[in-house]
Amino acid sequence: MTQIPVMLIDVHAHFYHDRTPRADWRERNASRLAAGERIGVTHHVASVLGTWGLTSPTYFPSPRDLEYGNDALLALQRQHPDRVRAYVTVNPNYTTHACAEIARCLAAGMVGIKLAASRRATDPLLDPICELARKRGVPVLHHVWQHRRRDWPGQEASDGAELAALAARHPDVRFILAHIGGGGDWQHSLAALRTTANVYVDLSGSGVDGGMLEACLEAAGVERLLWGTDLTMDTGWAKLRYLVHLLSPAQLELVKWKNAARIFPRGAFPAD
Amino acid sequence: MRIDVNAFLGAYPYARVPGTAPDRLVEALERVDIDEAWVSHLPSLFWRQPTDGNAWLYDTVARERRLRPVPAVHPGLAGWAATLAEAADHGAPAVRCDPSYYGLDPTGPEVRGLAAACGAARLPLMMAVRLEDGRQRHPNDRAGELPASAVRALIRSDAAVRLLITHVDRAFIEEVHFGSTPEEAARIWWDISWIWGPPEDHLGTLVETVGVERFVFGTGQPLRIPENAVAKLDLLDLGAARRAAIESENARTGLRR
Repeated sequence: MTQIPVMLIDVHAHFYHDRTPRADWRERNASRLAAGERIGVTHHVASVLGTWGLTSPTYFPSPRDLEYGNDALLALQRQHPDRVRAYVTVNPNYTTHACAEIARCLAAGMVGIKLAASRRATDPLLDPICELARKRGVPVLHHVWQHRRRDWPGQEASDGAELAALAARHPDVRFILAHIGGGGDWQHSLAALRTTANVYVDLSGSGVDGGMLEACLEAAGVERLLWGTDLTMDTGWAKLRYLVHLLSPAQLELVKWKNAARIFPRGAFPAD
Repeated sequence: MRIDVNAFLGAYPYARVPGTAPDRLVEALERVDIDEAWVSHLPSLFWRQPTDGNAWLYDTVARERRLRPVPAVHPGLAGWAATLAEAADHGAPAVRCDPSYYGLDPTGPEVRGLAAACGAARLPLMMAVRLEDGRQRHPNDRAGELPASAVRALIRSDAAVRLLITHVDRAFIEEVHFGSTPEEAARIWWDISWIWGPPEDHLGTLVETVGVERFVFGTGQPLRIPENAVAKLDLLDLGAARRAAIESENARTGLRR
């Protein structure tokens, strides 16, 4: 019988590179990997949003910056083949480039698509990208502002209802609603995705609100929850510790890695 | 030993929050190995007369050895000096005032008067910068966040006042700490509940730049899950003595002197 390794998949990680505004990019990457070792993260599924604002805006990255960021992430994946997996980040406003970049990066070993906030989720410009996701069998991690009551500067953010509309248009694509704890009214998002079976909830974000995890379970069920960290790994670890008391061991395994292994392409993780 | 200086009892008006009853709080303390919790009465932050919750708070903590009361004092209401004296009589480790929730100017004469009285009574004054992420607050939850400038003003306003500031992030702490004299900064303690861990490493940075002696263990539970504060410490390589300083000793020897 094949031994299934103990796995913990972080579905929402980020790394930096030399062409970002951050002089401490190496330290931040190293810190993520070191903290991951302590927490027990076996796979950081990460994205790089262009140059993080250096030569184009973080949420509106230029094609050139996207290629540089995706290449930097591929290099990191080669450097840490046992630990790092990658989303290809694209800007839907450059449809031809986005489709070509997805093909290039998936061929190079990336396992998902990252859409940030360059175009609203309800916009038809996202359709060709979602169609590619369907054909290639990869999930789409979509940045979400939990209840967007207005436009915020620096991003064309979508909220849970808008992502649910996109998911309804593409029922065969698996979408990951980003960072439920990442700011905004998460109850609004949970209400929107309750009946949208192809939207999974990424538990990452700095928010550790009492009642949030119970509400996620109630709205989406344990089989649609994915563990993640985003910018704060301490909050991710805290949620994991709290879930130990909410879930059975078998259910906890779903959130830790089995749900992720199910929605990413076969072979993305060693237990597949 | 682990002391949580930042815990609440009672319902939150803007969301359904589990674990707000005393027995549930005690369960949470056991779950995360917290030996002592300094608790405030959450509903009364939103009452016109916040001190109306103090009697219930005193009565409740008297029945549970792990709980210490942090009563509310509203310096804009007559009789607040007696409320402060009552807090001292009940062995409160601190009192709290949340001026923006009370509709008070956080640097106005009422709050300055309270700060001075707390200094004279040797009682730390606790203030929360916020209770929730500003991006998710209920549309009718409009009280402003405590500004860093107010903390700088209050610590300068009286030479004996000691402040315990909760739900605070790195930028706020750095602004106040390095915008104060060393003597002033040494009279402020910060709870760790809102400070980020890795990969940004805000807490690890602050411990080195501001000093481990300035930080105390706080969770903000049950509005926040208490596992978070423990996880932050578990992700730091502090050493036993410095970890104990944050987890209990700074609260015991600095704040409760």
